[in-house]
Amino acid sequence: MSARTFASTTGRIIRQLRHDRRTVALIVVVPLLLLSLIYFMFDDRGPFFDRIALVMLGIFPFIIMFLITSIAMLRERTSGTLERLFTTPVGKLDILFGYGLAFGLVAAAQAAVACGFAYWLFDLHTAGSPWLVIVIAVANAVLGVALGLLASAFARTEFQAVQFMPVVALPQILLCGLFVARDEMAGWLQAVSDVLPLSYSVEALTEVGRHADPTGTMWRDLGIVVGVIIVALALGAATLRRRTA
Amino acid sequence: METAVEVEDLVVHRGKRPVLHGLSCAIPRGSVTGLLGPSGSGKTTLMRAVVGVQIVKSGRVTVLGEPAGSRALRRRVGYLTQAPSVYGDLTVRENARYFASLYGLGHAEADAALAAVGLADAAHQLVGDLSGGQRSRASLACAIVGRPDLLVLDEPTVGQDPVLRDDLWARFRDLAAGGTTILVSSHVMDEANRCDRLLLIREGRLIADDTPAAVKAAAGTDDLDAAFLRLIREREGAAA
Repeated sequence: MSARTFASTTGRIIRQLRHDRRTVALIVVVPLLLLSLIYFMFDDRGPFFDRIALVMLGIFPFIIMFLITSIAMLRERTSGTLERLFTTPVGKLDILFGYGLAFGLVAAAQAAVACGFAYWLFDLHTAGSPWLVIVIAVANAVLGVALGLLASAFARTEFQAVQFMPVVALPQILLCGLFVARDEMAGWLQAVSDVLPLSYSVEALTEVGRHADPTGTMWRDLGIVVGVIIVALALGAATLRRRTA
Repeated sequence: METAVEVEDLVVHRGKRPVLHGLSCAIPRGSVTGLLGPSGSGKTTLMRAVVGVQIVKSGRVTVLGEPAGSRALRRRVGYLTQAPSVYGDLTVRENARYFASLYGLGHAEADAALAAVGLADAAHQLVGDLSGGQRSRASLACAIVGRPDLLVLDEPTVGQDPVLRDDLWARFRDLAAGGTTILVSSHVMDEANRCDRLLLIREGRLIADDTPAAVKAAAGTDDLDAAFLRLIREREGAAA
């Protein structure tokens, strides 16, 4: 890995996205539309909206970045560009971290716009700082990137890749405590929930919602998410092979 | 003459199917070597082994004195894949600049590579909007931009206009005159006449490894197509 190839790979990925204006528009606008939907659904139920909107601010970037990354990486694998890159001085980590940073920056922009929208227009209330919400949202986005990079290794076609979204994301959303509090679930479901990273980022967001200052639980949860990101990227690196059959 | 690429007893299987059966050959430095053979004969597999992205079952490939695919070679080997491997959602120039940056080169080198393949005027276009021939040249620009010592080109002239094809071959000859070793696959026999040496392969086995003139002389014909056919028949006769 070198700073130069890492930086130019990150720049290349952002440039690719920049040429795809519609995707950029979707990344920014879709969370706003969904937030609006939630707002009107829970119009007169303030605390309810606060809870759900807050969790959604963390879940959108995760889902969207998971999808975009798994397709983008699958394209690199199937179009021959990845094989071509492996004959150049670029390192595996330049590619993986390049995706992580490029989409992480996009996610930061997305989270900033969505949070601005939620706090000012929809009057979202959290005891803690909106900045912490953005930080957790970006961590979630990078988690989506890392898992997407890994998932792309198990898909041969784009049809297969999109189906990893319900497989990877949906159980995490169902079990993260949004629908049923985690301590009210059956024991085995709790055990499953305990090993899913989204459970921790949702818990971290809930902590920000309840406490004015960052809590120990929040930092621990954020640490767990970062740990999972590192493990997923390492596994992703293991699936990138210079030599293939 | 010094050897740029040495292939010794190379065996490659793809899936359960053997693709190369103990192939050996040597490519001299600074030459243009044509790799000819029908589709499915193992040309691309051999090229992938030379650039070091092919899993090989046994045998050895040595490139510029080092095992194929070793780290130091990645700055010295340029590879044009058969299907253009450039980013369709970037412009021609952005592609060239990205690949240049991987070798620590700047914008000037990227533009020079585009000019060399006749794409200077299309620099601002998205690769996805180009014709097949242009896309393949964009890919070629990215393969030559690092000024490699060994250039491995998998069917670089497919779909190109005859005038352009002539220009590209003149370019390859220039590069070789400057010391670059070129391994180029083709199934157009008239291109084979422009090579210094030919490797004819069929069904994963080397049928001939010689100069075009010697190949024709051995087969007793002036036509390379006919020479190729005769060499295959002779082999099959010998095997029977």
